[in-house]
Amino acid sequence: MTSRPPTYATRPPRPAWAYNPASIPRVRAGSTDDIISFMTLTLEEVEHIAQLARLELTAAEKERYRQQLSAILEYAARLQALDTTGITAAASGLPPESGSAPHPAQSGERPAPQLRPDVSAKGLSTQAVLSNAPQVELNQFKVPLVLE
Amino acid sequence: MPELTDLTVCQAIEALRSGDVSSRALTLACLERITQLEPAIHAFLTHTGDLALSQADAADRRLVAWRAGQEPEIAPLLGLPIAVKDVLALEGVHLTCGSRMLENFVPPYTATSVERLLQAGVVVVGKTNTDEFAMGSSTENSAFGPTHNPWNLAHVPGGSSGGSAAAVACRMVPAALGTDTGGSVRQPASYCGVTGLKPTYGRVSRYGLVAFGSSLDTVGALGRTAEDVALLFGLMAGYDPRDATSLDVPVPAIHLNADPALTGLRIGVPKEYFISGMQPEVEAAVHRAIATMEGLGARVEEISLPHTAEALPVYYLIAPAEASANLARFDGVRYGLRMPAEQLVDVYRRSRGAGFGAEVKRRIMLGTYALSAGYYDAYYGQAQKVRTLIKRDFEAAFERVDAIATPVAPTTAFRIGEHSDDPLAMYLEDVFTLPTNLAGVPGLAFPVGFDDQGLPVGMQLMGPHFREDSLFRIAHAYQQVTDWHLRRPE
Repeated sequence: MTSRPPTYATRPPRPAWAYNPASIPRVRAGSTDDIISFMTLTLEEVEHIAQLARLELTAAEKERYRQQLSAILEYAARLQALDTTGITAAASGLPPESGSAPHPAQSGERPAPQLRPDVSAKGLSTQAVLSNAPQVELNQFKVPLVLE
Repeated sequence: MPELTDLTVCQAIEALRSGDVSSRALTLACLERITQLEPAIHAFLTHTGDLALSQADAADRRLVAWRAGQEPEIAPLLGLPIAVKDVLALEGVHLTCGSRMLENFVPPYTATSVERLLQAGVVVVGKTNTDEFAMGSSTENSAFGPTHNPWNLAHVPGGSSGGSAAAVACRMVPAALGTDTGGSVRQPASYCGVTGLKPTYGRVSRYGLVAFGSSLDTVGALGRTAEDVALLFGLMAGYDPRDATSLDVPVPAIHLNADPALTGLRIGVPKEYFISGMQPEVEAAVHRAIATMEGLGARVEEISLPHTAEALPVYYLIAPAEASANLARFDGVRYGLRMPAEQLVDVYRRSRGAGFGAEVKRRIMLGTYALSAGYYDAYYGQAQKVRTLIKRDFEAAFERVDAIATPVAPTTAFRIGEHSDDPLAMYLEDVFTLPTNLAGVPGLAFPVGFDDQGLPVGMQLMGPHFREDSLFRIAHAYQQVTDWHLRRPE
C-alpha cells in the first residue's frame, strides 16, 4: 500500500468560495434588503404555485415552503449576476454536436440522439396498462364526473 | 477461499464457472447476510429471495451444462447476485421509488439496464432503498425509513442510491445498480467506501427508470472494485431505441491492465474543488491519492473550472423544473395513490398532497415556480445558459487533460438528522458531483482513505464524454497499489 506524502508540484491554492453550511442564506423576516424582499415569497405566491402544481398543502407546509423556497431562490439569485449575453441555453448533458476537437469515440463525428423509425410495434396489453389503476370500469380508467 | 460474501464480482464469476461455488450457495450466502444485517442497515425496500433462488437454480443448470461441454457459450455474469435500486423497473416486482405514492405499484415491464443484466445472467436479490424519487443526498427522504451507514450506524449512507451503496459495503451483494442525477451514485459510494460510476449521459438507457430530471438522469453501477463496476457498465451500456436520448455510440471493451503504470496520462486538479471549509481529512486523503497516481506515472497539473460555484444554483433550478414536469404524471388516475374527492382536480391535489413527501413537494414547488410565467427567463432560462458555461469549462479542461481528480463531497458521511431541517445545507453536499450531470460527462467515485472517525473518504475522477475507460484505468491502477477498497466495516 502506498502512503507517501503528497509530492506533486501543483497543489492548488484555495479559491475564493467556501464550503460553509452556516453561511448560506436564511430568511430574515422584515429585512429591508431590496434583493431579499424581492426573493421572499408571500403566502399568496406559495398558494398560487401549489395550485399550478396541483398540490394540496397544509397551512404549516405553506409557511415552511414559503421560508425554504425564499432561501433557495435567494441563493439562486447569484446567477443573475452572470453576463450570459450571446450564450445559448443548454437543454441537456448531451455532448455538443459541433466543436473543434474531433471526438475520440466517433472519429470526428459528433453523436446525436436518434429518433426511432415511425413504425408500429407491440405495446403493453390493455390488462397490463390497467393493472395499477386505482379504479377501472369497462377496460377504462375511472375518475369522478368531469362534466355534468 | 474467502467468505462467499467477500467475493468481488470478478472473483465470484471465476468461482461460479470453475464449479467451486454454485449460484444457489452464493445467493443463499447473500440472502443470509441480508437477513442478519438488515435490521441494523435497512438497505432494502423489497426482498426477492424466491425469485433470486429460482434464477440461481436456472443459472446452476446452465453452468453445469456449460462445464459438461453441452453449451458452447456462457452468459458473462451467469449466477451473480446483485441488488437493484428501487427506481428501476423489474416486471412483476414492486417499484416504490421510496414513495407512498407508489407503495403498491407493480410495473408491467423491465428497465433496459436491468433487462440487459438479466440477459447477462444476474440473480436479483432485492430492490434497494432510495430517497423518494431519488431526490436527496442521504436516503433519509425515503418514505419507508432511512438506510444506515455500515461504517457507523448513526450516520447516513449518502443518497439517493444509499441502499445500494450500503448493501455493497456490508457485503450483502457484490454489486448493485444505482442512478445518478446530481451525485446519487458517487456520493453514497464515497460515504460507504465503495466504487460507483455515473456514466456519460445517453450511454446507458433510461427506459424503465422513473424519471426525475430527464436531462440529467443516468443509470450507473456500484461495486467494490473498479474492475467490477467496469464489467457491469459494459454490459448495460449501448444504444436503446426506447430512450430518445440514448446515443448510438460504440461501447469499447474495457481492458484493465494488471500493470498499474499510468505513464502518459494527464490528470487535472481543479482549484475550485479544494475550498475552505471542507473537511481537512478529505482534502488530505484526496491529495495523497493524486500523489500516488503521479507516482504511477501520471502527469498532474492544476486546471480551472471557473463556473464550479454556479453549478449548485443551476442544478437546483433545472432539476426541480424537470422534476415538476415529470412528476405531473402522478395524478391518482392511472397508477399510484388515489385520494377520494368529488371533483377531479381535488383527486389530483389530494392524491399528490398525500402521496409525496416533504422534499419531493419542495422540489415540485421550486420547479413550478422556476417555470412559471414571469420567472421562466430569470430562473430556468438563465440556469440553462449558465449550464452552457459549465459545459464549456469541461470542454476546455479536457483539451489539456485526460481526467480530472477531485473529492466526491466536501465531508465524510454526516449524522442522520444533521441536515433534516435545512435543505440548502443538504444540497451543498452535492457541490462537487452536480457539475458532471450538468455537463453530461462521466464520473467515477472510489475510496482513498478514512477520516479519524473511521468513515470512508472518496475521490472522484471525471472524464470527457464516452471516456469511462480512462476513469476505470486510473482507478484500477490505484486499486492495484492500495487496499482502501478492500476494507470492510465491522
